[in-house]
Amino acid sequence: MTNEILLISGMFIATFSVRYVLFAIAGKIEFPAWLNNALSFVPPVVLMAIIAPNVLMPKGELWLSYNNPWLVACIIAAIAAFIRKDLLTTIIVGMLSFALLKFVFAM
Amino acid sequence: MSQDNIKIEPYAEKIRLKEFLGGSRSTIPLLVGTTPFAIIFGTLAEPNGLSALGAVMMSIFVFAGASQFIALGLLAVHTSLPIIIATTFILNFRHILYSANLVAKVKHLPQYWRAILAFGLTDETFAAINNRYQQPDLTNAHWFYLGSFLTMYINWNIFTYVGLTLGNIFPEMQNWGLDFAISVTFLGMIIPYLSNRPIIVAVIVSAVLAITGYDLPHKLGLLLASFSGICVGFSLLALAQRKNKIAAIKQGALND
Repeated sequence: MTNEILLISGMFIATFSVRYVLFAIAGKIEFPAWLNNALSFVPPVVLMAIIAPNVLMPKGELWLSYNNPWLVACIIAAIAAFIRKDLLTTIIVGMLSFALLKFVFAM
Repeated sequence: MSQDNIKIEPYAEKIRLKEFLGGSRSTIPLLVGTTPFAIIFGTLAEPNGLSALGAVMMSIFVFAGASQFIALGLLAVHTSLPIIIATTFILNFRHILYSANLVAKVKHLPQYWRAILAFGLTDETFAAINNRYQQPDLTNAHWFYLGSFLTMYINWNIFTYVGLTLGNIFPEMQNWGLDFAISVTFLGMIIPYLSNRPIIVAVIVSAVLAITGYDLPHKLGLLLASFSGICVGFSLLALAQRKNKIAAIKQGALND
């Protein structure tokens, strides 16, 4: 119990401090234009770094195959995203494809 | 003065409510992906050695999906507290990049507002408010942000609890592949960015390095992949801008 309180307090400090530090000192520092340019790459790049291993190595090893339901469902979702350009459609198409591939086709 | 020149300003509360609801609405599609993620966090908590109360408290106070998952994974293999906390810190370092992106747009707000918005800074909210924060008038944009944050927050906490309950009823749920939901949500958030070559190349570099660096300790591969992707993308962008500048100068010289 004490351990969990320590764990959660520590994780709170680790997440909140990172999220807050720049907001706290906002207005006291100015970011140069080049830095803003570089930061514009952050969201897609970081998100990709998070999902690439989940999708391409769901069982811990690289699995580049049409038998990999994580990969195939992501490709279908990406096609849906390029056609409809709508986030909700992408997510629903992706999740339905994944469920079909994994449970109906037992991939 | 004619009647037409008198502008009737809507009440401030009305504008704020409209912004708040707008933020909430723009976040709802993302809940389709984060809800299963919250449920699976709840179902995995107890099997991995975090008490039900601990799981609820973690969702209330930490509110960081990826970190909460990694923490469970580390708890399961009896990792020491300092290592779990340090890993959380490293994994969340991407949020400093998000906040750097927003910092110029919140600096007019009082400190307590900044603290609340900072606590609510997640991948999803950053994506949901992106369009709103591109607009020139940001006077009330923080209400939009708050709407997005609270929608995510309430949903995350409710479904953590739902997951805890379901996990007790269906112990085999952790094998259903609900973790796929977050991957496809993030994928859907990435695709609209892929509008020019520097970003496309940056994302590919990031994916390749995240895979090759996967076995590095403490999720360092994630950081390495991110920073490399950003550096490559930024270099390509700088090169393209320089090329355009030179072309413009040449064009100017021709016109003279």
